[in-house]
Amino acid sequence: MAEPALSGSDAGSAVRLRGVSKTYDSGVTALGPLDLDVRRGEFVSLLGPSGCGKSTALRLIAGLATPSAGTVELTHHGAAGRGSHPIGFVFQEPTLMPWATVRENVRLPLKLARLPATDADARIEAALDQVGLAEFATAYPRELSGGMKMRVSLARALVTDPDILLMDEPFAALDEITRFRLNNDLLSLWRNLHKTVIFVTHSVFESVYLSERVIVMTARPGRIGAEFRITSPEPRGEEFRTSAEYAAFCREVSGALAPSYAGQAGA
Amino acid sequence: MKSPRDLVRFLLPVAVLAAGLVLWEAIVRAYGIQPYVLPSPLLVLKTLVADWPVLLQSLGVTLLTTLEGFVAAAVGGVVLALLFNQSKWLEYSLFPYAVVLQVTPVIAIAPLLLIYLQQQTAVIVCAWIVAFFPVLSNTTLGLSSVDRNLAGLFQLYGASKLQTLLFLKLPAALPYILGGLRIAGGLSLIGAVVAEIAAGSAGAGSGLAFRIAESGYRLNIPRMFAALLLLSLAGIVIYGVLALVSHLLLRRWHESALGKDN
Repeated sequence: MAEPALSGSDAGSAVRLRGVSKTYDSGVTALGPLDLDVRRGEFVSLLGPSGCGKSTALRLIAGLATPSAGTVELTHHGAAGRGSHPIGFVFQEPTLMPWATVRENVRLPLKLARLPATDADARIEAALDQVGLAEFATAYPRELSGGMKMRVSLARALVTDPDILLMDEPFAALDEITRFRLNNDLLSLWRNLHKTVIFVTHSVFESVYLSERVIVMTARPGRIGAEFRITSPEPRGEEFRTSAEYAAFCREVSGALAPSYAGQAGA
Repeated sequence: MKSPRDLVRFLLPVAVLAAGLVLWEAIVRAYGIQPYVLPSPLLVLKTLVADWPVLLQSLGVTLLTTLEGFVAAAVGGVVLALLFNQSKWLEYSLFPYAVVLQVTPVIAIAPLLLIYLQQQTAVIVCAWIVAFFPVLSNTTLGLSSVDRNLAGLFQLYGASKLQTLLFLKLPAALPYILGGLRIAGGLSLIGAVVAEIAAGSAGAGSGLAFRIAESGYRLNIPRMFAALLLLSLAGIVIYGVLALVSHLLLRRWHESALGKDN
């Protein structure tokens, strides 16, 4: 059922990693060497055990860390207007400024780009609308639930209209029902906004549900262990979650993930 | 102050104070203790009223000194912490001396300062020396407690150093800075008092501590108590004002300022 994934689409490349590795000062190699191509508009999951370097890969793509070897290439397609930023990043924690309201948190990227407040306001309202939080613009983060904080974090990533959305286990800390809802909302955002999404997770079920392509990574140093193209058609919904097709994909991906964990057992 | 428990928490110390004062008054009367040995609380109160013009003027002098020392400590502590945060070399070079200033008893430094500086300046410098360190160390701690991912986000969006300072580091450090200021408020009062005492009779000042020293020489013990009472009240008011400011600034977002039922 799973085929070797090839990113031979005409849509063009969004992210291209060649021989990328990351070695820390302590001499520990966390990642790579890694080759990765992500098409424009593709939804790709990086799946692997904790410490396999998948978060490191995301930070390298975002430019938050520099690779010890290899190259990271991003192709920007969007209009590079003021206040636009090619990359949106969503961390595992909501990572909101506790001293600022929801609106001011979402405003942050635009404020740092020195966008005039009048231009920013409309974009902030639009971003909050997209995540369904328009009514909570004046609330403070502590007044929100975990799922709502994550939505704020998502709105902040979307407000610069990025081409590429990098998500680092964003829903890992949420309860299952909230996570399912956010999964669905993220899928519909992805369908409507045509973003490239690279989604890091350690949940097989989440990766299969969301992605067009699942990349299974090996234990440290993280390399690509297997790739699966999840061919199930969009739009996926709750009925997909309980389908035999979904279960079969999950079984296959879990099988590929098992060696990564087996290698860790002795550690 | 709604639940009975809050009421008890308020009334208990008040009751202790009242009982203490009654006992004190009773002992002074029962044993006929002379005012120059131990004045009764009522006499202290009378003296406070009778000497009010003199004491008020002295209170004003001490409070002004305290305020000047406090402002100097607050500005100096925060600015120094910001400089340390920007340059490790500066921090390594200067921080040990900040510690030395802090651990050397100010009462021992004060006489020296009085030799080299004008009294008014020396008093302010004393207040500054004791008060700036908590601001410095708390601000330093706050500036380095910034959420790592938030810092990453600022980096991702290409924030300038100034933007990172204004929109991230300073707000994140604010609860720590306010904690340092709360300590510094009381300490700058202590610094001012220490310097006034050290200046003693030689001093040209007329602060409350100077009044205490002067009254001591004249065996005007009731006035000593009255001045001491005012000093203590001033310390309480300073702490209360700073705690209130801290609460107002943090109440919407910081754990420390949230009610337990939140």
